[in-house]
Amino acid sequence: MFSYTVRRVFSLIPVLFGMTLVVFAIIRAIPGDPAQVILGQKATKEAIATLTTELGLDKPWYIQYVDYIKALLTGDLGTSLRTRGPINEEIWPYLAATIELTIVAMIIAIFIGVNAGIISAWFSNSWFDYLAMILALVGVSMPIFWLGLMEQWAFSIELGWLPSTGREDVRNPITAITNIYMIDTLLQGRTDQFVQVLQHLILPSLALATIPMAIIARMTRSTMLEVMKSDYIRTARAKGLKMFWVVYKHALKNAIIPVLTVIGLQTGLLLGGAILTETIFGWPGIGRYLYDAIGYRDYPVIQSGILVIAAIFILINLIVDLLYAVVDPRIKYHQ
Amino acid sequence: MKNKSLKLLLISLLAISMLLVGCSGNSNEKAGGEGQSSSEGEKKDTLVFGRGGDSTSLDPITTTEGETFKVTENIFETLVEYGEQDTTLHPGLAESWEVSKDALTYTLKLRQGVKFHDGTDFNAEAVVFNFERWMNGNADDFPYYTMFGGFKGEEGHVIESVTAVDENTVQFVLNRPQAPFLKNLAMSPFGIASPTAVEESGDKFRENPVGTGPFKFVEWKQNDRIVLEKNEDYWLEGFPKLKQVIFRVIPENSSRLNALTNGEIDLMDGLNNSDEATITGNDQLQLIERPSMNTGYLGFTVNRPPFDNKLVRQALNHAVDKEAIIEAFYGGKAEVAKNPMPPSVEGYNDEIEAYPYDLEKAKELLAEAGYADGFEMDLWAMPVARPYMPEGMKVAEVIQASFAEIGVKAEIQSVDWATYLDKAAKGEFDAYMLGWTGDNGDPDNFLYTLLDKDSIGSNNYSYYSNDELHDVLIKAQTETEQNTRNDLYKQAQEIIHDDAPWVPLVHSTPLLAGTSDLVNYLPHPTGSEALTKVEFK
Repeated sequence: MFSYTVRRVFSLIPVLFGMTLVVFAIIRAIPGDPAQVILGQKATKEAIATLTTELGLDKPWYIQYVDYIKALLTGDLGTSLRTRGPINEEIWPYLAATIELTIVAMIIAIFIGVNAGIISAWFSNSWFDYLAMILALVGVSMPIFWLGLMEQWAFSIELGWLPSTGREDVRNPITAITNIYMIDTLLQGRTDQFVQVLQHLILPSLALATIPMAIIARMTRSTMLEVMKSDYIRTARAKGLKMFWVVYKHALKNAIIPVLTVIGLQTGLLLGGAILTETIFGWPGIGRYLYDAIGYRDYPVIQSGILVIAAIFILINLIVDLLYAVVDPRIKYHQ
Repeated sequence: MKNKSLKLLLISLLAISMLLVGCSGNSNEKAGGEGQSSSEGEKKDTLVFGRGGDSTSLDPITTTEGETFKVTENIFETLVEYGEQDTTLHPGLAESWEVSKDALTYTLKLRQGVKFHDGTDFNAEAVVFNFERWMNGNADDFPYYTMFGGFKGEEGHVIESVTAVDENTVQFVLNRPQAPFLKNLAMSPFGIASPTAVEESGDKFRENPVGTGPFKFVEWKQNDRIVLEKNEDYWLEGFPKLKQVIFRVIPENSSRLNALTNGEIDLMDGLNNSDEATITGNDQLQLIERPSMNTGYLGFTVNRPPFDNKLVRQALNHAVDKEAIIEAFYGGKAEVAKNPMPPSVEGYNDEIEAYPYDLEKAKELLAEAGYADGFEMDLWAMPVARPYMPEGMKVAEVIQASFAEIGVKAEIQSVDWATYLDKAAKGEFDAYMLGWTGDNGDPDNFLYTLLDKDSIGSNNYSYYSNDELHDVLIKAQTETEQNTRNDLYKQAQEIIHDDAPWVPLVHSTPLLAGTSDLVNYLPHPTGSEALTKVEFK
């Protein structure tokens, strides 16, 4: 297991390296001059030319690439063209905001999705099953944009229960330590602010959770149906074991593996794909950081941002693979 | 062992979920309760200003971007200031000024007893320091300094020297007269910074601004918020009224309106015209109009056939129903444009007669130009909303439909904003939509910047070049007698009208919205203003 893990971690290096090359090539293939965009519509020709030189964008691409990789190897993600700040320092608050949002969204998605799938499978072809699966279908096809605005309208404006945008009440701001606000507020013993953080998390994480929740529910249902046909479940049920124990002790263990895969993939997708949610809810996360960077042709930020997300994505998949072995002892990773 | 870990995993998952649901249940009620009590409490003194984008820098001279100035107007002050809602000139950090007869020497008397936020004194030396800093830079570091014709040592540089005559008198000597000189001094980027702070912060000054303005900088959390607090030592007695100003970024216009309705912010810009009724129908909110100083237009790239033919351009000018566009997409909050510059700018030529919406006339002109059967073209629609063009794609569709009636088949194209500007600058479009918001209320800032042959490659995206126009515009730049200047600009507008490199579409009135208890907020036509006098009822 250990050697497997080590091998997997090392195999990430060529993958990430390949990614840097692909991303580097693609973003330079997009038309649009960073100097022009940074300086804006009102910039003069001279200003654009000077900035291009200063940013090193007039050098041949392979020299730019080598410079970029050299810096990366020393752990330097580069300097943002737009803000002129080091990306190493800039990126974490954004990443933390997205991680916090993603974790809460995935908890919601997994909890509701897995349980809805189980109940649907157990009572297959019942009204609950039909309803849940119709909802799941709607969930998968719902535009997040629309859903987000509807949530704001219903829960903020009509009911007045929850804030509609942002991570915190700016009139009662949170002091950032780790930038994961649930942790920061607890570290400072500010339970009032902790509640405030949760309130701000609910609407965006619900919006973000919709699609994975639906996918997880459908996946759980189908694998549970499969497992529940098997002999050992029939035996367990024949023994008169309560449904809860049959499901959570016996069936879920075998049904959960494909679901785990889906969960892993979805978590990765959410990390990078939260742009719409973050835009609607004014959430200062990595999705928006990248989106802005693309708009500004901020090459270093796009490169490094995608690299960081890719690294996390791959890491999550590694964790999922390792979890297989934990969940199902039959799966063993040998040399 | 492994069974146990799975169980543990599931149970902890369950527990966390329960906790979350539990917490959120409680907090809902609290949210409502707290909201009410605070609104009934004492007078509000924190203003939360919601806007669509973040600043790129807080050192205003380092950028040309409007979002930056919304904040820095509050931190820095300029020597000369604009009127509250126009671009007339008023005392700022300079209380009075004298201009020599040859218009080459400007002597400014500075306000006394003003201090920077870091406690250092504002004086003539500080002004000299700032101008020396800018003129020794380059167009990349200080892009707007090019308003003064370039940098030290460059041929076109207007300012020969800046000297401190005494503690409170500063003197500018120019190489040649520059008519909009004082108007330029009043522009946001030329806010006077604390020399001590600039030297201490170095490159970091863009994140740690120190000026003399009504508010001091406190915190900048990128893409989220910028916090300013009251400058207790502000020179204007009794001001500012607010204790704190927070600029919050909420990119989506509809979400920003939701946040305003929900009380999370007190003021927002970038209100959709279609949301006007929502504001007027809610007695907790008020609609605020920013005075118009912009032009939205449809430009032709005049070095591409058939747009190199003046008759074709005039024909297309006859084929755009501007009134209908304004009614449909600006909620009536715009004025039909007939010139490249808005009527609020001095030198506007009101005698010019707009090309009437007349499809028959358009067809005639096309036939005369040799295109009786029409032609095919690309029509590029703006991918982003701007005050002068809130819904580019839809406006393009209306224009497309009109053009179809005269046999011109326009295919609408769009691409992201960065590429759009790039392609426009390279002259790759047949026809494109764009616009401009004035910087200093001077006609030069519209006509020379957008349509002179010198501006090809930067803002003259039409590649329009007319030597006669060029002579007029250059003459107007050095002429200091305002009436003569105005005549020259009127003449320039006639030339442009006849050549028709654009279809000027609209001068829009950008909309904002605020809570109804907000008073004394006066939006400025340039797009940014200090919040010195703003308060809550």
